[in-house]
Amino acid sequence: MTAQEIHNILNDQFAGTILDAKLENVPDPFVKIAAEKILDVAVFVMNDERLQFDYLMCLSGVDYKGKLGVTYHLFSMTHKHKIVLKVEVPTETPNVPSVESVWKTANWHEREAFDLFGLNFEGHPDLRRILLPDDWEGHPLRKDYQTPEFYNGMKVPY
Amino acid sequence: MSETIEKIKTSTGHVLRTEEMVVNMGPQHPSTHGVLRLEVVLDGEIVVDVIPHLGYLHRCFEKHCEHMTSYQQVIPYVDRMDYVAAMTNEMAYVVAAEKLLKIEVPERVHYIRIIMSELQRIASHLIAIGTFGIDMGAFTPFLYYFRDREKILELFEMTCGARLLYNYIWIGGLSHDIPPQFVEKTKEFCTDFKKTLQEVNDLLNYNEIFIKRTANVGILPKDLAINYACSGPMLRGSGVNWDLRRDDPYTLYNKFEWDVIVGKGEMGTVGDVWDRNIVRQREMWESLRIIEQAIANIPEGDVQKAIPKRIRPVAGDAYGRIEGPRGELGFYIVAEESVTPYRIKARAPAFVNLSVINEISKGAMLADLVAIIGSIDIVLGEVDR
Repeated sequence: MTAQEIHNILNDQFAGTILDAKLENVPDPFVKIAAEKILDVAVFVMNDERLQFDYLMCLSGVDYKGKLGVTYHLFSMTHKHKIVLKVEVPTETPNVPSVESVWKTANWHEREAFDLFGLNFEGHPDLRRILLPDDWEGHPLRKDYQTPEFYNGMKVPY
Repeated sequence: MSETIEKIKTSTGHVLRTEEMVVNMGPQHPSTHGVLRLEVVLDGEIVVDVIPHLGYLHRCFEKHCEHMTSYQQVIPYVDRMDYVAAMTNEMAYVVAAEKLLKIEVPERVHYIRIIMSELQRIASHLIAIGTFGIDMGAFTPFLYYFRDREKILELFEMTCGARLLYNYIWIGGLSHDIPPQFVEKTKEFCTDFKKTLQEVNDLLNYNEIFIKRTANVGILPKDLAINYACSGPMLRGSGVNWDLRRDDPYTLYNKFEWDVIVGKGEMGTVGDVWDRNIVRQREMWESLRIIEQAIANIPEGDVQKAIPKRIRPVAGDAYGRIEGPRGELGFYIVAEESVTPYRIKARAPAFVNLSVINEISKGAMLADLVAIIGSIDIVLGEVDR
């Protein structure tokens, strides 16, 4: 199924939730979705007969300066088609519904995005830091991140 | 953890208190293949829960990338992610970057990249199976395999001067063309290596002790594997006929003839530890087939012709993925109009494959947990990045 057809199905099902889409002349066609609806969309694309996106390839956080984004790269093992979903939230209230209940692989990816970007995945069963120490302060991949001088008495910048 | 404490009376009349126990495994533990720490909840010898703790080898790879002054500068960092399969790491990053920049490379570059990737896949599987054998108490295959791995590393050293961290595959080309004797030596290697493969296959995989340790252990069902986005031998071991080289082809893999190896549950159940191991073992034969086809038909050409002088992409993003030795290795690159990458996310197969460990270890014995970790084939450099 082409990106255009996938977009049409999503548009029919979730009118008003699809904020933007770029389907041509880009390496990966993407559909931008209202952040609070991402779980509903995830459940739909996973279970819909025509789409069956059962494989979440990658979930990445991105800092767009002022906004935080999450990018979902989806793939269907049955139909062998892909789509990219994107959501954006304000940096001050970075709340995104967790899709862990749909794709279990999102568990660690979301923990990583929480760790490095401070994205708050609502409904995640175990949202804690994964790569950095539990007592680390701040979220390093944010563009305005300042490296702390000391961590537990140890000098940080080398 | 359950709070119940049972009291058991022994035949001598003594009262035994039983309760669940938390055992810390790692980060310095020979069977965790690096600095992985597992918090294991045990009921006697039975595993109740496994909580992995990562990050002991976190080197801020993604943060470093945002401070580069060129897209090419990322490549040496990429090498150090999965340090036993640096070639395929470079390949994945370069596939993603070339997708973003819309660069077409000469056919000769494709051929050499494929040969290098497949040699690297063999080298990586040799470590995986060799160390896994040690975990299971078989020391000999490790020695045989490391001897032959050294021959692959010599081929790499001959080509680019480095044994482990190559900086060889560049965006748009390669750092060096292959030396004149490379073709001959690679053919020689392919012939010699088949003997070792057959020998170790007979020694290890059908050894009764080995089968008893691995069959019906750590069973990963098909649906769970897909839901956890497992990939590589982990997914194929569960009976999913899936290989990115065939199903989402990159470079020129669709030109070659080879088979995708799938676990069939020959010794136990589909998706057990034995299956994952045998998939790696048989995949090496297929890699040899690809190498032999590629090495016989390398076209002529300039391997540096398509290397861009200055890389300044238009704003956008691209996700490129390849079939690494451990599975789907992907790079998500977000670019703005600048020479510095805006954001690079590495989708490391070992990271994703490891996340399923809790599901497949429940109910296993503690000793089987060692087998399960070995069969996932993690490299902590890649898990922690």
